[in-house]
Amino acid sequence: MALRQDYRVPAIAVAGYDSPLATRLEAIWRTPPGWRGVLSSVDHKTIGIRYFVTAFAFLILGGLEALAMRLQLAGPQLRLLTPEQYDQLFTMHGISMIFLYAGPVLSGFSNYLWPLLLGSRDMAFPRVNALSYWTYLFAGLFIYASFLVGAAPNAGWFNYVPIASREFNPGPNIDFYALGMIFLGFSTTVGSVNFIVTLLRTRAPGMSLNRLPILVWGTMTASIANVLVVPCVSLAFLLLWFDRQLGTQFFDPRGGGQPLLWQHLFWMFGHPWVYAVVLPAMGIVSDGLPTFCRRPLVGYTLVALSTVGTMALGFGVWLHHMFATGLPAMALSFFSGASIIIALPSAVAVFAWLATIASGRPVFTTAFLFFSSFIVLFVIGGVSGFMTASVPVDWQLTQTYFVVAHLHYVLIGINVFPVAGGIYYWFPKVTGRLLDERLGRWNFWTMFVGFNAAFFPMHIAGLMGMPRRIYTYPANVGWSAVNLITSIGSLAFAVGILLLLLNIAVSLRRGARAGANPWDAPTLEWSTPSPPPQYNFVVIPTIASRHPLWEEQLGEVEPQRRSRLDQGYVLDQGRETLGTTALDAEPDVILKMPSDSYVPLAFALAMTVSFVGLLIQHPVVACVGVFLLAAALVAWLWPERQLAQTAAEPIEEAQHV
Amino acid sequence: MSFRTGSRTCKDSFSPVNGSFAFRGVTPTLCFALLNAIPCARAFSAERGANEMGYLSGFGSRAHPVVALTWGLLAISLAVVAIVIGLLLFGVFRRRPPGATAIARPQRLGDGLMWVYVGTGVSTLTLFIAAFWTMRVLAAVVRPSAAPVLTLDIVGHQWWWEARYSGDPASNIFTTANEIHIPVGAPVRVRLMSEDVIHSFWIPALSGKTDLIPGQTNETWIEADRAGIYRGQCSEFCGDQHAGMAMYVVAQPPEDFELWRKQQIAPANLSGEGAVVDGQQAFDLRCGACHTVRGGGAGGIAGPDLTHLMSRANIAAGLLPNTPGYLSAWIADPQRLKPGTLMPRVVLAAGELQAIGGFLQTLK
Repeated sequence: MALRQDYRVPAIAVAGYDSPLATRLEAIWRTPPGWRGVLSSVDHKTIGIRYFVTAFAFLILGGLEALAMRLQLAGPQLRLLTPEQYDQLFTMHGISMIFLYAGPVLSGFSNYLWPLLLGSRDMAFPRVNALSYWTYLFAGLFIYASFLVGAAPNAGWFNYVPIASREFNPGPNIDFYALGMIFLGFSTTVGSVNFIVTLLRTRAPGMSLNRLPILVWGTMTASIANVLVVPCVSLAFLLLWFDRQLGTQFFDPRGGGQPLLWQHLFWMFGHPWVYAVVLPAMGIVSDGLPTFCRRPLVGYTLVALSTVGTMALGFGVWLHHMFATGLPAMALSFFSGASIIIALPSAVAVFAWLATIASGRPVFTTAFLFFSSFIVLFVIGGVSGFMTASVPVDWQLTQTYFVVAHLHYVLIGINVFPVAGGIYYWFPKVTGRLLDERLGRWNFWTMFVGFNAAFFPMHIAGLMGMPRRIYTYPANVGWSAVNLITSIGSLAFAVGILLLLLNIAVSLRRGARAGANPWDAPTLEWSTPSPPPQYNFVVIPTIASRHPLWEEQLGEVEPQRRSRLDQGYVLDQGRETLGTTALDAEPDVILKMPSDSYVPLAFALAMTVSFVGLLIQHPVVACVGVFLLAAALVAWLWPERQLAQTAAEPIEEAQHV
Repeated sequence: MSFRTGSRTCKDSFSPVNGSFAFRGVTPTLCFALLNAIPCARAFSAERGANEMGYLSGFGSRAHPVVALTWGLLAISLAVVAIVIGLLLFGVFRRRPPGATAIARPQRLGDGLMWVYVGTGVSTLTLFIAAFWTMRVLAAVVRPSAAPVLTLDIVGHQWWWEARYSGDPASNIFTTANEIHIPVGAPVRVRLMSEDVIHSFWIPALSGKTDLIPGQTNETWIEADRAGIYRGQCSEFCGDQHAGMAMYVVAQPPEDFELWRKQQIAPANLSGEGAVVDGQQAFDLRCGACHTVRGGGAGGIAGPDLTHLMSRANIAAGLLPNTPGYLSAWIADPQRLKPGTLMPRVVLAAGELQAIGGFLQTLK
């Protein structure tokens, strides 16, 4: 086949991390030192860590808000907080945990890990990746700025209209939330698009869809869902902002609007979002647990399908948040049935994990403790969800502390515990040092006991009829004891989180050196040094199975057809990675990757200016913001010579470089 | 708080006042006496004890099938959790051959799949049973089996409940607040509306929640098969005093209910003299813009109808017992007792507070 002028067939070579090629790549991919690098880096690992650190900062803020509420609720009729303060705290607690922690922390994992898991050098769109992070950071700060003017959102994280309308909420509280969510939706959307394209186009040769780690399945499913449903919530908040500031009446019955329209739009987004913040975390367990059970995951295909199946069903259950809104019984029974049946794919995953443990040979590391105990928390959160799926029962359970217990078992049990386990698992990869296992045991048991002490009694409070979102309660309805236990438990859980942070702080400096693969784990990321160099892989590896590093032990691939990790395409003419075909991951194109750039930061700042202009309703500021946005976009799209494909001699045979 | 040790004035009358708030300085006996002034037929099931917002036991044909289903699903849930914990502990701690860290060989790859097949199979069966049971119960409670004997319109306000009793002829229509009475043993249709934000109507022992949504009228029904006082509380976040929006359903034998209804329909007895007349004038001036006393000069509709205020056991939407002391403290400074309430602190001239209080005491 005649090569076109701009075609180039890269060399295939054998090269290690100490080869001259590695040195050359080091120079090509190096981020500028100092502040320039901080502000301009587009490296997926840097961005992943930033996502992670930022999400944890919001977790701590949300946790402090929770502790303040728990003090207020520790006894009946306490007056530590005013009702208005309490409303702002529970609303910001929800926003922080659900939007600013739970989703982004998983983006952190996936951003850091995806290219390493997939055998690529970066995400498909590194600058979009940077933009996604900066907009997340600024949207979070934008929402939190409401505290500075004493007007944080105060209508609950699902923000029902009309309590969120201007008539009943005249301050700027809800405007911070509405604009902040539209802003944040931008970050989520571009981040999700980036994951999808990265998955489809940058897997190493041979990494077909049936060889993907489950974390990748989880994040891909979540990303596709986000692309489909984030427009719902962005639209809802936009219409709400129109109602509030332009006098439209989308949600106002006096103008032909409908308060229930808000609930539909919000939950069409909200329910899939819940799955988006747990499926990747379940993926963390599905990938991490087998390492410590010393065997591959039982039922890989079934677990991957259950991930996708959960999300597919997850689009059709939003009405179960609205069982009490007076909808007809026929509609209720349909959504009730769907909400009960959605437990099935979860059952598949649970039994696959249990079987993996039972038929494996568990190694009792801290990560294993987090992953295995997660199964119990997952099931408790699952069965309480199963109860709320039943309409007549939910008419009692909804809006009580039973639901609060349920959603915390889901969000802490299925997000925070796998995340903590994931930290113990991948910390050595990220930092080159192991977390302390002794402190890890203390960390795990404090979190586990504290969590259950805090949240299990909430089931009982709920069954005793305690509504959620009340700032205080009378002494003689029987809720005092369970609330006191919950408050004490929440403090213990906070100590557990502190121990995790302490372990990180200590081990960053004094942790034992990890080496490339301290756990003898099976997946591709463990083939790189710890921490991995910025270019990830010296040559693009070729993958022959789901467990490239266990092929010899498992013997599931014939020796001559095994994955080749030290031999592959040489891509060293500027920042490059390999583009492969969507289904079979056959080599397709050389992707020219962009250099570090300030433009994503500038773009995000310009967006911030625009949103601030809308918030303070200052047309000049808003216009300046839009103008800056346009300028940043022009700068972004300005053609760059280095990104043009260059022709080169085709090289026929493998050579040592 | 030890109301239950108080006198039981009739043998099936129990402690109705568990639901009232206890503040220092008020003798529980006062409110107890007040509630027992209501006819003995207002029995309440003492076995509910302090757990009067619980719904694991229920009263009436709407509650019973749901209580059974709730216990059923709870039992399934607890069993599932117990089984999974058992399987996990078995999997973690079962004895294994030596050489424990060797990676499992490929011939072992499939051996766990049976767990998944069996586990998913059993789960499927259980879920379908639960779904079937759910549909049966839903069909059973979605509407009452007998025609409702009464239609009641509940209008949600920040942060109290307006109750309008429909009637035929129209002269039987009347309005009250926060304490609704129903006849025992018959379904009552409840239509739900809101004047401001979304609230949710919930009497745990009788029925689950139905929202009150502005711009639409939702319908539910309640039935109590035992005379008693049932506490309810708003269960959809509705603003600062969402926590302070309780209500009571008083289920009475039909004849007692008829007596109560007749009394409520009648306008206020304004035949007082002297200080009471002064009090009434002060009330009309200071309070009449928001409150109604039928038969008198006050006709405001922003706050609860006070025509028969003294027939209610509580004030401020279940927040405080209806005693002269609390009533007076409430009028003097509602914001202190219920921060954010829409009832303003009205500056009263010397003596007015006492006069208004005295007048209100006559609204039997």
